[in-house]
Amino acid sequence: MSDKRAPAHGSAKASAHALAPRSDFPLLAADPRLVYLDSAATSQKPQRVLDAITAYYTHGNANPHRGAYALSATATQMYHDARARIARFLGVADVDTLLFTRGTTESLNLLATAWGQSNVRAGDNIVVTRLEHHANFVPWQQLARAKGAEFRIVELDAAGAVDLALFAKAVDARTKVVAFGHVSNALGTVNPVAELVRIARAAGKALVVCDGAQAVPHLRVGIDALGVDAYAFSGHKMGGPMGLGGVVVRREILEAMPPYQFGGDMIEWVNDQDTTWNVLPHKYEAGTPNVEGAVGLAAACDYLDTLGMDRVRAHEVALTAEAMRALAAIPGVTLHGTARAEDRSGVVSFSVADVHPHDVATALDSEGVCVRAGHHCAQPLMRGLGVQSTVRASFWVYSTTEDVARLAAAVGAVRERFAVA
Amino acid sequence: MADAALDALYQEVILDHNRRPRNFHAIEGATCTAEGKNPNCGDQLTVWLLLEGDKVADISFQGVGCAISKASASLMTQAVKGKTRAEVSELFEKVRRVLTGEETAPAKLKELGQLRALSGVSKFPMRVKCASLAWHAMKSAMDGAA
Repeated sequence: MSDKRAPAHGSAKASAHALAPRSDFPLLAADPRLVYLDSAATSQKPQRVLDAITAYYTHGNANPHRGAYALSATATQMYHDARARIARFLGVADVDTLLFTRGTTESLNLLATAWGQSNVRAGDNIVVTRLEHHANFVPWQQLARAKGAEFRIVELDAAGAVDLALFAKAVDARTKVVAFGHVSNALGTVNPVAELVRIARAAGKALVVCDGAQAVPHLRVGIDALGVDAYAFSGHKMGGPMGLGGVVVRREILEAMPPYQFGGDMIEWVNDQDTTWNVLPHKYEAGTPNVEGAVGLAAACDYLDTLGMDRVRAHEVALTAEAMRALAAIPGVTLHGTARAEDRSGVVSFSVADVHPHDVATALDSEGVCVRAGHHCAQPLMRGLGVQSTVRASFWVYSTTEDVARLAAAVGAVRERFAVA
Repeated sequence: MADAALDALYQEVILDHNRRPRNFHAIEGATCTAEGKNPNCGDQLTVWLLLEGDKVADISFQGVGCAISKASASLMTQAVKGKTRAEVSELFEKVRRVLTGEETAPAKLKELGQLRALSGVSKFPMRVKCASLAWHAMKSAMDGAA
């Protein structure tokens, strides 16, 4: 049934050319028919990143910080250079306040454990929003439960954005942590971080934590300028390999905070009965580091800077607007989230009347269109929207208007297949 | 080819049971009940069983789910009603083998009657959980009622 699979070339405009050529991405180049619209879950990897990882293992592999031989010094240097490169990409001047972790989830758990356990007490409160990914929700919920603190969830306004008036009401002098996402993974909403920080600072002395997992791949994020206390991110959503992300935390907080994990590299001196800690960032990086991940992510930063983050942003807003227009024109399709593409970051979440998101995703997959179906690790948000789950299409630098046209054609066909007789 | 597999997955019997699920209600005074949850998508359904001696006198379900999980639950209620515990256990195992693709022999599929409409699932490993959700809930309800 090749006619069903034919893309709607007619609607593709000159901007069908991706910002980044498909040939930069080996997985996409190997399967020209694949329409990969799940970049919010994980991005495909540029050849340049794979090359950097291979080069590390070919020329630089040894355990850093340990061997008294030249190769170990090379590995150490590559690891340090990678940290400096990534910090520069993120707009962070104090390089050693960038801690590497397994990703956003571990970064947020690090904060909830190391900072939360020693600072949050009964009678305090913790403020999050209805938009949060489980990774920025459950660690704080569990911390609050363990400490007898109040867990406050700020609801959304009618447009699906954080209600700033409710946020201002929720934060007070007893608020110990304010945690919010920069960009919602489920809806793509870009939050007004500066405004949220201003409100939090005016109300008290809470630790202000921002989950940047869905922002760093898509926006020019200058972390220093945001004014938050901690900013977490993942490398694999921005072209880097899986298993490496990080968190940037203000230096005075890191110096006062107890370690998160104990072991090699993070110690200064181990006595029989006590131990002193290494300097930053090593105090928070116990064990053999993920040099491969850091080197790969640094190469991803090079790649994104070559494209230009302002162009990445413009490309994604254009695709989002196109997708919202094309999907909204299909009978029975409901879009979730804010109405303006400019308020989003390359994410379109939608439902098809009378067809379960899983059935939509399976049908789309048979057309070579990969989308996410489910609750997007945001069950509190799904409850707020009054749905069990949604279908989510998400874009990145290699996405094209032709991808959007194939998505819309496939969604249209879904309606026909499941039409109520 | 992909479309043929999709047609086999969403055949008319499945679409029909999705649109008009049978035995879709609660049972007052049920002997036992159990909930099935799919953490991947947040879907959940409840199965009610009314046992009379060794037999399933009545069975029903309710819940939210995809076409596959709803149709499988609906077909299950029709197939299980009137069977003994031993027959239900045997059927459970047969269906499990069909869903996972361990059993593909046409003669064996034919024995399953309408339930053979579920055989298309085996080509979609991500959806086996959807199709087995109700069956596992039914089994744990039955096992719970000693």
